[in-house]
Amino acid sequence: MGKSNKRGYFGIYGGRFVPETLMPALEELEKAFVVAKRDKNFLNTFYTLLKDYVGRPTPLYFAERLTKHLGGAKIYLKREDLAHTGAHKINNALGQALLAKMIMNKERVIAETGAGQHGVATATAAALVGLKCDIYMGTEDTQRQALNVFRMTLLGAQVIPVDAGSKTLKDAINEALRDWTTNVRNTHYVMGTVFGPHPYPLLVKFFQSIIGVETKRQILKKEGRLPDLLIACVGGGSNSIGLFNAFLRYSNVQMIGVEAGGKGIETGLHAARFAGGSLGIFQGCLSYVLQNEDGNILDTHSVSAGLDYASVGPEHAYLRDIGRVKYTCATDEEALQAFELLSRVEGITPALESAHAVAEAVKIAPKMSKDSIIVVNLSGRGDKDVQHVARLRGISL
Amino acid sequence: MKGFRVRETLEILKRKNKKAFIPYIMAGDPNLEETEKRLKLLEEEKADLVELGVPFTDPLADGPTIQAAAYRALKSGTTLKKILDFLKALNISVPIVLMTYLNPVFCYGIERFFKDAKNASVSGVIFPDLTVEESEQYVKYAKKYEIDTIFLVAPTSTPKRVSKIVKASTGFVYYVSITGITGAALRLDKDFKKHIGYVRSFGKPVCIGFGVSTPEEARYVAQFADGVIVGSAIVKKFYENFSDGRDFIKSLREAI
Repeated sequence: MGKSNKRGYFGIYGGRFVPETLMPALEELEKAFVVAKRDKNFLNTFYTLLKDYVGRPTPLYFAERLTKHLGGAKIYLKREDLAHTGAHKINNALGQALLAKMIMNKERVIAETGAGQHGVATATAAALVGLKCDIYMGTEDTQRQALNVFRMTLLGAQVIPVDAGSKTLKDAINEALRDWTTNVRNTHYVMGTVFGPHPYPLLVKFFQSIIGVETKRQILKKEGRLPDLLIACVGGGSNSIGLFNAFLRYSNVQMIGVEAGGKGIETGLHAARFAGGSLGIFQGCLSYVLQNEDGNILDTHSVSAGLDYASVGPEHAYLRDIGRVKYTCATDEEALQAFELLSRVEGITPALESAHAVAEAVKIAPKMSKDSIIVVNLSGRGDKDVQHVARLRGISL
Repeated sequence: MKGFRVRETLEILKRKNKKAFIPYIMAGDPNLEETEKRLKLLEEEKADLVELGVPFTDPLADGPTIQAAAYRALKSGTTLKKILDFLKALNISVPIVLMTYLNPVFCYGIERFFKDAKNASVSGVIFPDLTVEESEQYVKYAKKYEIDTIFLVAPTSTPKRVSKIVKASTGFVYYVSITGITGAALRLDKDFKKHIGYVRSFGKPVCIGFGVSTPEEARYVAQFADGVIVGSAIVKKFYENFSDGRDFIKSLREAI
């Protein structure tokens, strides 16, 4: 399950739809990935850094007060928010930066970023391994996430604002791909999620799978059994694939991916690709896309920049088709309430992205028996969102 | 309407020892009435083929000039469907090659697209984000409806890839002159002559585009190819001043 074929297809989803200029680079990346997976030195370096630099394993925390508050299933939080730089993004950024440096001998990395977390993670990894780094970010997002822009600069990266199109994540990806097309010989593109042309969905999954591997070990130790339900938010879908992958073969473990419902599906102002999208080819692969009937890509909306994206990783589309993962959405307001609830009840402020997953737990936990177990992936911390939430709540700081 | 007119045009030119001049414009920039005027002008000024762009919201192989043209075209409500209807009603003899990102075609329906394109007298297609590995369905229907499929070779393409791409291409092979996006400065690799020589060694016509912006550049690259495509520079000229467009087209035609 979740296996892809040689051309990078998960069922009918995935593939490789890019300008020819990039094809040799993707072939090179695919080869480097195969080499890296078997290279003891590479793997040793990666896993040692995950431990000593990122701070893994991240804790699996029993949220006792949230559990009592909701009065149903036991809720565990996988604390990716405690990873270095404050989100799961560092796992992948570090892996790809090492790949660029150790296997592919590149001088420079580039990346796109929405919320800024992947940009910060890539800038961090580039600083650590000694690579030049440029980050593309939509101007809508540079305003929403000004703090992260400064963090990236502090880490020695250059942030390049993208003023085209909707000025968000998808436009940052277009611009990063254009840069890569131009500088492909010395540059590696660190894609931040399980999306884009083959082999990115597999590559990013490989580096993020540590989340689920740890969770499985931790829950078995704490509870002596596997959880009944996993919940994670889905933008491109890397934190969710990272958690789900280790559990896919256990059919009694249910999984829910939570998309951004924005102001509600009926308003059209959302980023729920499964609820409101259709099949399309966008930014390198075939998946569900929010588009009009002419195949032009629609603007999306979410309170969280990290989920504000018009398409979704092809493996998610496949997992949905075969019924292995259920996909739902949480609105901006539900996410904001979850953001506040977790802060108050547990003293943990989640990223607005992760708050979507918490919002689903709030809905579903009370309906489950007290001996059932939910694991929520707390993919990032909310420090970056505090100013934005204050603004939304009409509080001037 | 006779099919496969791209390959026919290139063959005739080759026999006459001439090079193809292939201007590019964006359909619907700023509206389809204006596109009709520009197409007629290009025909009058003896373009051998015209490459007609279909606007897309996320044109990732294009630089700022064509991005802006796509934006203007979308703003005027131009869609693939409207372009095909427009071409069907248009009375023009220069063969049209549609350049479109894949998603509008995918959403339109692959076979339906080629069928309607044939009815609209489209002679060839270029999909900048279709790799030869993913092209089976597209090539199949193109053949069925007698439309040439033009694939791109990049300076980074390995010999193995070049061979696959040339095989899948009919009409001509589109040689991307630079490692980059449309409208960027023409900076040829030091291996350019050797690489394009290899692409031509298969015997199919090869036309060169991306970054060719002046008659001088067009003349220079024409000597290594069977034709030259000029896009961003023409789009820009027309956008700034329609009447300057004609002189510019004339000068390009003379140079090639």
